[in-house]
Amino acid sequence: MGIDRRKFLKIAGVSSLVTLGGGASLLALNSPAGASHGEVEHHAEGEEVKAPEKGVKRWGMVIDMRKCSEHKDCTKCIDACHYVHNVPHFENRKEEVKWIWKEEYEKAFTDIGTLHKYNPKEIVEEKFLCLCNHCDHPPCVRVCPTKATFRRPDGIVAMDYHRCIGCRFCMAACPYGSRSFNWKDPRLGLRGRKLNPEFPTRMRGVVEKCNFCVERLAQGLKPACVEACPDGVLVFGDLNDPDSEIRKVLAENYTVRRKPELGTAPSVFYII
Amino acid sequence: MIEKALHGSSKYWAWLAFLGVLIALGGACYLYQLKHGLGITGMSRDVSWGVYIAQFTYLVGVAAGAVMLVIPELLHRYHTYEKVVVFGEFLAIAAVTMCLLFIVVDIGQPARLFNVLLHPTPNSILFWDMIVLNGYLLINIIVGYNTLLSNYKRVPVPKWVKFFAYVSIPWAFSIHTVTAFLYCGLPGRHSWLTAIMAPRFLASAFAAGPALLIILLLIVRKVSKFDPGDRALQSIAKTVCYAMIANLFFVALELFTAFYSNIPGHMHGLKYLFWGLKEHGHLYDQLVPWMRSAMLLGLVGIGILLIPPLRRQTKFLVIACAAIVYSTWADKGVGLVIGGFVPNPFEEVMEYHPTFPEISIAIGIWAVGAFILTVLYKVAIAVREQELS
Amino acid sequence: MYDAGKIIIGLLIFAGFMTFPLWYNGGKAAPIPEPKVLTKGKCVEDTAYMRAAHMQLLNEWRDQALRDGNREYVNHRGEKVWISLQNTCMKCHSNKDEFCDRCHTYAEVKPYCWDCHYTPKESKKWASTEGNS
Ligand code: HEC
Ligand code: HEC
Ligand code: HEC
Repeated sequence: MGIDRRKFLKIAGVSSLVTLGGGASLLALNSPAGASHGEVEHHAEGEEVKAPEKGVKRWGMVIDMRKCSEHKDCTKCIDACHYVHNVPHFENRKEEVKWIWKEEYEKAFTDIGTLHKYNPKEIVEEKFLCLCNHCDHPPCVRVCPTKATFRRPDGIVAMDYHRCIGCRFCMAACPYGSRSFNWKDPRLGLRGRKLNPEFPTRMRGVVEKCNFCVERLAQGLKPACVEACPDGVLVFGDLNDPDSEIRKVLAENYTVRRKPELGTAPSVFYII
Repeated sequence: MIEKALHGSSKYWAWLAFLGVLIALGGACYLYQLKHGLGITGMSRDVSWGVYIAQFTYLVGVAAGAVMLVIPELLHRYHTYEKVVVFGEFLAIAAVTMCLLFIVVDIGQPARLFNVLLHPTPNSILFWDMIVLNGYLLINIIVGYNTLLSNYKRVPVPKWVKFFAYVSIPWAFSIHTVTAFLYCGLPGRHSWLTAIMAPRFLASAFAAGPALLIILLLIVRKVSKFDPGDRALQSIAKTVCYAMIANLFFVALELFTAFYSNIPGHMHGLKYLFWGLKEHGHLYDQLVPWMRSAMLLGLVGIGILLIPPLRRQTKFLVIACAAIVYSTWADKGVGLVIGGFVPNPFEEVMEYHPTFPEISIAIGIWAVGAFILTVLYKVAIAVREQELS
Repeated sequence: MYDAGKIIIGLLIFAGFMTFPLWYNGGKAAPIPEPKVLTKGKCVEDTAYMRAAHMQLLNEWRDQALRDGNREYVNHRGEKVWISLQNTCMKCHSNKDEFCDRCHTYAEVKPYCWDCHYTPKESKKWASTEGNS
């Protein structure tokens, strides 16, 4: 076993095919990764609006900042997430790894936030929760050269850490700064921390980010941050189900998303 | 023919040994990086590409520049270039090799590099960049080597080699266009999100590559009996001049669009590069000297090249070319990549400071390129000298 | 073109270096030592199958769980098994050092899985506060 002649032949075969088929696959460039085809209506945001297929879930999240801001120093959701996924902690900002964190209003909402200074003081001083937006049209997925990051049919933008080569193209592409790179061995940042033995760590040289807790959803659980929040700030659910709680919350409240003008169509909504 | 590289003066060997030392230093630093990860570099969560990708981008331009000799020679039968084209092609070989090495050292998991082939992903521009760069390397090896071999044997260059030379023309454009697409297709990076990224890249490439080539040919003239000829050098210099004018014109267009439209996102990156950005009372302006000197020297270079009496003096020609090489390098190899990451997606300024090992690795790769170039030029010179006798 | 030979050799050496990671781990067919089994009962698949093909199985598991989003594996006996390296395999084979490692050391394979996946016992080595943090 282990003689890699077959593997080698496979690689050689694939690479020559790739070169030959290059022209043909250029056509594939036309269909943006993860985008679905069908009737497209023109919208300011360039988003496709069409009826979801039956039985297909589309996970989304609403963050109610009215409730969140009452607990300024609370970090329960962050702690829960970073514990459940063994996210390392490094003091040096240069090496920082984070999946969910708090960010000032005008940093989270650069599009509408910086432009006027007469916003209510409470809002301007509020710290907004930021995480991966699990976009409908994720630029990170579009640029990944190995499909290490991909969009699942349920809308989750997932990472396959086994395949990531660490080129960091996705980090350049993400307009939300949601991705972290393991500049060094992440286990150095887990020293003395309580570990979750059910979830792997990562290794140096790969990119990581929020996964909307796919591993928990698969077991019928809610995401760790949602479960950890005692104040009902985070509402998680199926956007395709008109009777879901999240749809009700969205129908009853005016919500905004981060940088909607970029056409990424985030699935994380904020009640300000 | 290749064995010509094995017979050289002691100066030749000393130069190669010197490069060898630099390569060894870079190699040692790379081993250190392999062991500890990219954390040993100055890159961060905010500025996630640095010196490596910046050098890569610059060198793609240098490689593409060779086509500025191939086009006149091949399409316009401008035979003044007949004897020097191969030097351009060899420069391209060295430059593309450096590009590939810069990609390898920038990658977090180099052992998995083959995933790019195992899981080919046509919607990723990096995938296409890999194809066009490797293709360009191959084409230049084929054309450069076989052209020289025919010269060596004193037979006409075979038709099939000519075919590849023709192919190299659109291919040269493709490598730099695709490299521009790496940047200009990203929605959240205002400084990069510009449709003139590709033309600007090409303009700066067609200035940088030929300018470097002029300097190299002048060195060749000095150390060997082969003279590329003043006519060829002056023609290349004119190309450099036009391309550099176009390049600076494009920079001016960027500045106009950003500042006249007054859209903050579009202005911030340029402000950071040319004036510095203020945050919390602190002025972040470490790239300002680079960018301003780049613009200034770019103008100086153009000025000299535009005045024929100056251009014809070797001294001034060298100054002009060096100024333009520096200008394009600072613009693309320093400003472009880092300027795209500052400010970050949260409109914060996080500056980037390359580290010693990082710079050593970069120098090591430049030394690899210089080594390859020296050896290839040695062979080319030997063949040209033999033609003289 | 009497240089062709030299060039081809050069290219081969280059190709060898470039593919180094591919063949570095391979090339050995090893007789197998006795791994220590703690759990009674049955493995995910038959022992012989596991011995021969656990690496392929794990690859399949990985792709099925992460890329197809299906974390339920149906084995040849028709039983459903929850896909997880840490929570299925290693729950039974918690003695990684006497089980997986013993074989692998012998066979001179070094699965890179353990750069990320881990057993609680092993994590003590790197997660303790001792040493410089
Ligand atoms: C329910 C507990 C259980 C689970 C879960 C389990 N194993 Fe096993 N495994 C066993 C037992 C018991 C044996 C020994 C059977 C025997 O001796 O016939 C065994 C045997 C093996 C063997 C062969 C050892 C030999 O003697 O050659 C391998 C390899 C192996 N397991 C790997 C795995 C892997 C990989 C996984 C996860 C995909 C896994 N096992 C999951 C219980 C388990
Ligand atoms: C009976 C001996 C034996 C046991 C027990 C065993 N392995 Fe293996 N394993 C091997 C051999 C032999 C290979 C090498 C196969 C090859 O090279 O194709 C291997 C290869 C692997 C590989 C692929 C590594 C690579 O680099 O391609 C993985 C992953 C793996 N084993 C996981 C496990 C895990 C996890 C366990 C414990 C649950 C385990 N193995 C237990 C013998 C064993
Ligand atoms: C770079 C870190 C990393 C490495 C190296 C790695 N894994 Fe994983 N692996 C993960 C992460 C993270 C998950 C996701 C866990 C999840 O979503 O439940 C995962 C999931 C898996 C899963 C499916 C779900 C689960 O909970 O186990 C399998 C099977 C798996 N890995 C096998 C392997 C094998 C076999 C190897 C070695 C050949 C390996 N992995 C190496 C990080 C890694």
